[in-house]
Amino acid sequence: MSAVLSAYDDVITRYAPVIGLETHVELGTVSKMFCGCSTSFGGEPNTQVCPVCLGLPGALPVANAGAIEATIRIGLALNCSIASWCRFARKNYFYPDMPKNFQISQYDEPLCTDGWVDVRLAGVVHRIEIERVHLEEDTGKSLHVGGATGRIHGATHSLVDFNRAGIPLVEIVTKPVAGTGAQAPEVARAYVTELRDILRTLGVSDVRMEQGSLRCDVNTSLSTVDSEVWGTRTETKNVNSLRSVERAVRSEMIRQAAVLDAGERVIQETRHFHENSGESTAGRSKEEATDYRYFPEPDLVPLAPAAEWIEQLRGTLPELPSTRRQRLQASWNLSDPEMDALANAGALDLIEATVAAGAPAEDARKWWLGDLSRRANEAGLELGELPVTPAQVAQLAGLVTAGRVNDKLARQALSGVLAGEGSPEEVVAARGLEVVSDTGALGTAVDEAIAAAPDIAAKVRGGKTAAAGALVGAVMTATRGQADARVVRELILARLTQN
Amino acid sequence: MASISREEVAHLARLARLAVTDAELDVFAGQLDIIIGSVARVGEVAADDIPPTSHALPVTNVLRPDELRPSLARDEVLAAAPAAEDGRFRVPRILDDPE
Repeated sequence: MSAVLSAYDDVITRYAPVIGLETHVELGTVSKMFCGCSTSFGGEPNTQVCPVCLGLPGALPVANAGAIEATIRIGLALNCSIASWCRFARKNYFYPDMPKNFQISQYDEPLCTDGWVDVRLAGVVHRIEIERVHLEEDTGKSLHVGGATGRIHGATHSLVDFNRAGIPLVEIVTKPVAGTGAQAPEVARAYVTELRDILRTLGVSDVRMEQGSLRCDVNTSLSTVDSEVWGTRTETKNVNSLRSVERAVRSEMIRQAAVLDAGERVIQETRHFHENSGESTAGRSKEEATDYRYFPEPDLVPLAPAAEWIEQLRGTLPELPSTRRQRLQASWNLSDPEMDALANAGALDLIEATVAAGAPAEDARKWWLGDLSRRANEAGLELGELPVTPAQVAQLAGLVTAGRVNDKLARQALSGVLAGEGSPEEVVAARGLEVVSDTGALGTAVDEAIAAAPDIAAKVRGGKTAAAGALVGAVMTATRGQADARVVRELILARLTQN
Repeated sequence: MASISREEVAHLARLARLAVTDAELDVFAGQLDIIIGSVARVGEVAADDIPPTSHALPVTNVLRPDELRPSLARDEVLAAAPAAEDGRFRVPRILDDPE
């Protein structure tokens, strides 16, 4: 099978993608889903376990009220209906990461159903419909020994840590998302970003993809653009960053297009995404559909959230990201695309904090989306990871407004701040970056510039004041950009036109 | 009249990771048939106005507050394991097909 890979632009002229996302979120409860063990990350292996989460005989689970509340709040924030009655179910399978040989999950009675979330991309709203939000328990972590670099293939044995087993895990499943065409990869990323922001705003999880508290599986299928029938989908697992959500959809679209172009059929299978290469490899095939033999969990009684409880939880919902964006957009007076660019750059919090620290919104936006975005890009960092605080950016903007530095000097001051030399004020003082507008100090430089260019001076004297620009430039060069250009111009014109 | 086949018993045995001989398949198929037949009698008395139930008690919402309780000591945890290494449970190779 040596199918030729088409370039993405070519793929989307012939094929239409349908995507679907399953997102797992570890809740930030203090204790586990069905026992009182700690959920904290990074503990010594098997020190946060007890008879319940180890599945020892006779141990019985009791559901964590905090986890139920968090899940209902997530459902409400995603515009879902909350079940008035539902049950947990056993999902039976043999794998060493679950000591009980089953996982307590929810099957045909999820706690939340039929919601939606709107994501914005370049001024366009895409409504992503939510199929279900259900609650289950996380699995343990395996360490594979004896193979190449910790891979399960070729391992001689594995070592299991059950600290994570039993941590409350919420699964959020979208309905299939069709009609996004070439933007499918970006829509997928924008959805996970929006979801992450909602979850963070709710305070239900620390949503750290790199620590696995937010994990994403991406379903992708392709059909020909004129087809009514959707193609066979694959499920890509191991997608562990926002950037990779986009990459995973894109690379899978290109791969499936190559398979279809070669006249073959896409196999329904699980694929594993590799962060380094950006490619995926085939995992287990879904042809031999796993038989989990779900049945209602006999050790847990049904859950029947009262309407009053649900309404009380609805009352605890904070201002959600979309509402906040609308409010900020209005107060900052930005167009839809401007606002989307800012949100997609991850600059919202930073700009808001910079404005709160006293900078005008336009200045804050200019610094974060301009110079700072460029520098973050060059350094391969997220904006928020740059070693500069919103308060420092506000101070820098204030120095420009006060005329104490010009744009060029301000950028030099910023370099100093990023290099760890202190606040903008401190860098300006230490590097001597302040604009020189003292007419006495500039007089000598102006006299020298006029003396060095008698022909230009003559033109200005003759009434061609526009020619003075060259003299201003010479003074700026001589003062290494630190002169106040407006003052310099006034001095030159004063000397050459007042006879 | 067998309602469960040998093949179904073999399938269930595979899912449950039980090694069952050919002779046992026949025995279990017969025994499971009797069990299923007995349970099926419930259907004879069930009426449309009696909803199916999974729990015998009319109780819902048994919850605990989100509070920590002591975990076990690791020595105690691993003492019952057939094998342990580096503070973790040691388990046999997971995949059969070493690449």
